[in-house]
Amino acid sequence: MRLLSVVLFFVTWWIVSILVGGAKLPPPPDVLNAMIAEARTGALFLNLGVTLARVALSFLLAMTLGTAIGYWMGRVRLADRLGDPWLIILLNLPALVVIVLAYIWAGLTEAAAIAAIAINKLPTAVVTLREGTRALDPALDEMAHIFAFSRGRAFRHVVLPQLAPYIAAAARSGLALIWKIVLVAEFLGRPNGIGFEIGVAFQLFDIPLLLAYSLSFAAVVFVIETLLVQPFETRLSRWRPRAA
Amino acid sequence: MRLEVDISAKEFANAAGERHEVLRDIAFALAPGEVGVLVGPSGCGKTTLLRILAGLDHDYRGRVSRPENARIAMVFQEPRLLPWRSVEDNVRLAAPKLDAAKLSALFEVLELSGHRSHFPGELSLGLARRVALARALAVEPDFLILDEPLASLDDALAARLREEIASLVGGRSMITLLVTHNLDDAVRLGDRLFLLSARPARILAALPIALPRDARSEAEIAAIKASIVRQTNGERTERGPT
Repeated sequence: MRLLSVVLFFVTWWIVSILVGGAKLPPPPDVLNAMIAEARTGALFLNLGVTLARVALSFLLAMTLGTAIGYWMGRVRLADRLGDPWLIILLNLPALVVIVLAYIWAGLTEAAAIAAIAINKLPTAVVTLREGTRALDPALDEMAHIFAFSRGRAFRHVVLPQLAPYIAAAARSGLALIWKIVLVAEFLGRPNGIGFEIGVAFQLFDIPLLLAYSLSFAAVVFVIETLLVQPFETRLSRWRPRAA
Repeated sequence: MRLEVDISAKEFANAAGERHEVLRDIAFALAPGEVGVLVGPSGCGKTTLLRILAGLDHDYRGRVSRPENARIAMVFQEPRLLPWRSVEDNVRLAAPKLDAAKLSALFEVLELSGHRSHFPGELSLGLARRVALARALAVEPDFLILDEPLASLDDALAARLREEIASLVGGRSMITLLVTHNLDDAVRLGDRLFLLSARPARILAALPIALPRDARSEAEIAAIKASIVRQTNGERTERGPT
């Protein structure tokens, strides 16, 4: 079924490209050629690699900090009261503002780019994990207390499995957000990466090149989602009775 | 190594800020090897009392002295297993020091050997209760608390599990405290019965049963029950209908 829907996508693309003309929407073979040319020089893999590294770093940073802050805000009332206004501002701050400000304050550096991307994702992770922490079952906390679970054991076996669906949700939506923002950050202030190449293609009006990079990127995202994220989610929920 | 309880009062504030007295003047003591049973009507505050004794609730007036460094184990009213861990892991997490042979023996007695790798969501309530019981006993506690361990099981299953509890509790030198609203369970399992009143719960009567558990015949159990019913009825007419 998945394969069929991918095939359908390419067929539709081809038909539309014939209808509107190759200048506006080049047919799949042209884009494939551009892709192969970029792959031959190694530029495609270099740029993909750089972008993926940025995604991985900012994702890890945002998830770690977001989980810690969210857990803390869910457990400690004062932290929640103090942190909430910050959270609301960060949640509603446009990504572009954060990126531009980061570049202005920290220069056009790698650190600025990664921090800006992470800051964009951070508040959603915090909100999701705070909700998850509030939903922790006090009955199980009592059980762990009675049976004298150590802190580490209680966290790993009692708290973490309850937070797992929230962490998975935060990771899922966070990854989607980062895929979108990373290109903007690269477009605006990095000398490499998919976002930078798309910027170049845009200035040269090189539509096959633009599509070649966009599609390679989309393909990588697709592969990561199906091969990494989904099996991980399945594993986390294997204790749940299967729905018929 | 005794459990000594002397609670003068326990109050709860509800959402509207009104205070309700739940417990009043509860005093009793239990020695190792004894099974104490708290019997009282539903909602009289039995679970509240257990939570205080288990050290989950510190907001009360009075004094509870548990044996020092006592290992506590509790079978909650609902099994409270970790749904994301297998039956075996649930038990092992509570009792990491238990060796494999003892664990197998425990699973054998409670007829759980075939369910070791199952997740709690795949078990019936009766089985989940047994796992909770296995977890509590695996700890080899000094103080075992059982909160209505037989509630909402059908009669046959309740009777079997009661037998299992009786035999498992029998050979050990721990203090056991059982809560139930079922007089039959109380008389069959307990060494000392404490009859509780309706809210605020007070101890109406403390009844030691001298006869050892396995020597109690059906006739004697019936006789003890009848005498308890007489006593509590007397109390009820005195206090008016509740």
